[in-house]
Amino acid sequence: MSKITLKDLRHSYMDSPAEDADWALKKMSVEWSDGGAYALLGPSGCGKTTLLNIISGLLTPSEGSVWFGDEDVTHVPPDMRNIAQVFQFPVVYDTMSVYDNLAFPLRNRGVPEAEVDKKVREIATMIDLDSMLNKRASGLTADGKQKISLGRGLVRSDVNVIMFDEPLTVIDPHLKWELRSKLKELHQKVGSTMIYVTHDQTEALTFADQVVVMHDGTVVQIGTPIELFERPQHTFVGHFIGSPGMNVLPCQLDNGKPIFAGQVIQTEGSVSAPTGEKSLELGVRPEFVSFADEGIPVDVVKVSDAGRYSVVETRHGDAPIRLLVREGESVPADGVHLRLDPAHTQVYADGWIVS
Amino acid sequence: MAAKTTNQKAWFFIIPVIALVAFNALIPLMTVVNYSVQETFGNNVFFWEGVKWFEQVLHSPRFHDSLMRQFAFTFTILAIEIPLGVAIALSMPRQGPWVSVCLVLMALPLLIPWNVVGAMWNIFALPDIGFLGRVINGMGIDYNFTQQPIAAWFTTILMDVWHWTSLVVLLAYAGLRSIPDAYYQAAKIDGAKPWAVFRHIQLPKLKRVLTIAVLLRFMDSFMIYTEPFVLTGGGPGNTTTFLSIDLVKIALGQFDLGPAAAMSLIYFLIVLLLSWVFYTLMMKNEDQ
Repeated sequence: MSKITLKDLRHSYMDSPAEDADWALKKMSVEWSDGGAYALLGPSGCGKTTLLNIISGLLTPSEGSVWFGDEDVTHVPPDMRNIAQVFQFPVVYDTMSVYDNLAFPLRNRGVPEAEVDKKVREIATMIDLDSMLNKRASGLTADGKQKISLGRGLVRSDVNVIMFDEPLTVIDPHLKWELRSKLKELHQKVGSTMIYVTHDQTEALTFADQVVVMHDGTVVQIGTPIELFERPQHTFVGHFIGSPGMNVLPCQLDNGKPIFAGQVIQTEGSVSAPTGEKSLELGVRPEFVSFADEGIPVDVVKVSDAGRYSVVETRHGDAPIRLLVREGESVPADGVHLRLDPAHTQVYADGWIVS
Repeated sequence: MAAKTTNQKAWFFIIPVIALVAFNALIPLMTVVNYSVQETFGNNVFFWEGVKWFEQVLHSPRFHDSLMRQFAFTFTILAIEIPLGVAIALSMPRQGPWVSVCLVLMALPLLIPWNVVGAMWNIFALPDIGFLGRVINGMGIDYNFTQQPIAAWFTTILMDVWHWTSLVVLLAYAGLRSIPDAYYQAAKIDGAKPWAVFRHIQLPKLKRVLTIAVLLRFMDSFMIYTEPFVLTGGGPGNTTTFLSIDLVKIALGQFDLGPAAAMSLIYFLIVLLLSWVFYTLMMKNEDQ
């Protein structure tokens, strides 16, 4: 068990990458502490799987190095890295029984048969497969097969980190919850580092202590689910996490104060970094916008009922502003003004937070 | 459940299929059946003989011999072509410009007409002017496929392996390509050695295409005619007279239409039965 460090990592699938866009992963340095439950969250094609395959050793990065503890493992093959990986589509060895599937990684490493048996039975109980050990693996349902893939990682006592590459894609919705809580429970029991790749924010936020949000080959923010919600470091995080996503409004700066709709907007802290020619935006989540007697004048465009609350879409000029209104509260019709909660309003320059 | 609607008009739609099958399979087959139970001396005069021809064929040592030769030939080429084809498919590149080069090279023998293959190998293997014949004799081995049964068998099998291993290669290669990368990645992480990868991932995933390959090669080789006919003409003596060569000798050489028809039917039933046995055995344990 050890922490994982990625130093100045960069990767391209091309032989001679020239432009910025040629890099599947842009330069990054990330640390994963030992025993953490991480989620790697981002839209399809943002480089999540590339990053995962670099950690597992299935890919060698174009630049930079991967460290497990004090050891540089950049060029160490996957079977020597003490990692386990669960893939998007369940991988089982069809012709073998469930028992043999679970025993396979141990037997390949020459573990004595008595120990294999003990370990396989222990893990099978842990993942609720003990009643089907003698069944052929190909006869199991998708979630059963995914449990086998997971079990093959768990049987090895030397595993540093277990990685999941969108493991619930092919699982029926009603089993997803069950498997996810099982994973969470296993993480507490086993204590090894887990990295969970997904593009589903619910999966990421319920599984992980720390969420790593990726966008376009870059890690845009690493933080707890609450941090991601309350203080997105990048407008992308604001958009991607939360439903509906954060409101992003163009603004100008006057004496260090953001101006929107001709009014000075109070924000959390003051604008710190020099902003220069960059495009400035205000970010505020729909949860922190409310109706007021005065403030930003808007027109109500649409109200959609989302159960316990309604999503109200309003418009000031070209800028759409959404807010949440609790069930039972009325939506005023004319002369509507909005107030942004200063404690949860941030200023962004070229997408990155500056307040 | 609602009552089923009956609509007899549907029968009209399958008339073309029935007509097609009738003309290309049923009617010719029934002609053979017709011949197999009668004796004819031409002029459309037939005498009923019952199962006489069947009994005669089944008890004939000549039929037994060519059937045994046929089995020996078919199982030998299957035992060579299937493992060899899989081995070649495994060693072919998975991606890059060489893929198409390999595929084209592999497909070449399949594009050559069967009688041309026979003629090519006939000349290629002639002991006095053929390259292969000269080389083998040059190594000090006495080789003449027109006179030695062993040399004739060796040449016939080599020719078939050359001609048809490609088919197994192409099928196996397609099967290998359809295995998702995740399987290889998982095996790598599980520490599987190349043999374990072959035994537990590649071979099970190849099962279906290999079943097809075995069936195709079995049926084709069991009915082989043109290539050995052009290469050896069934000789020396009768040593490479396989079933279909023998059948043609009886039907067209001796003009014994009755026995030839009976033999055709027995031949057909053997191919049908063995194909079924192969298929059942190879598909056993599937979907349990």
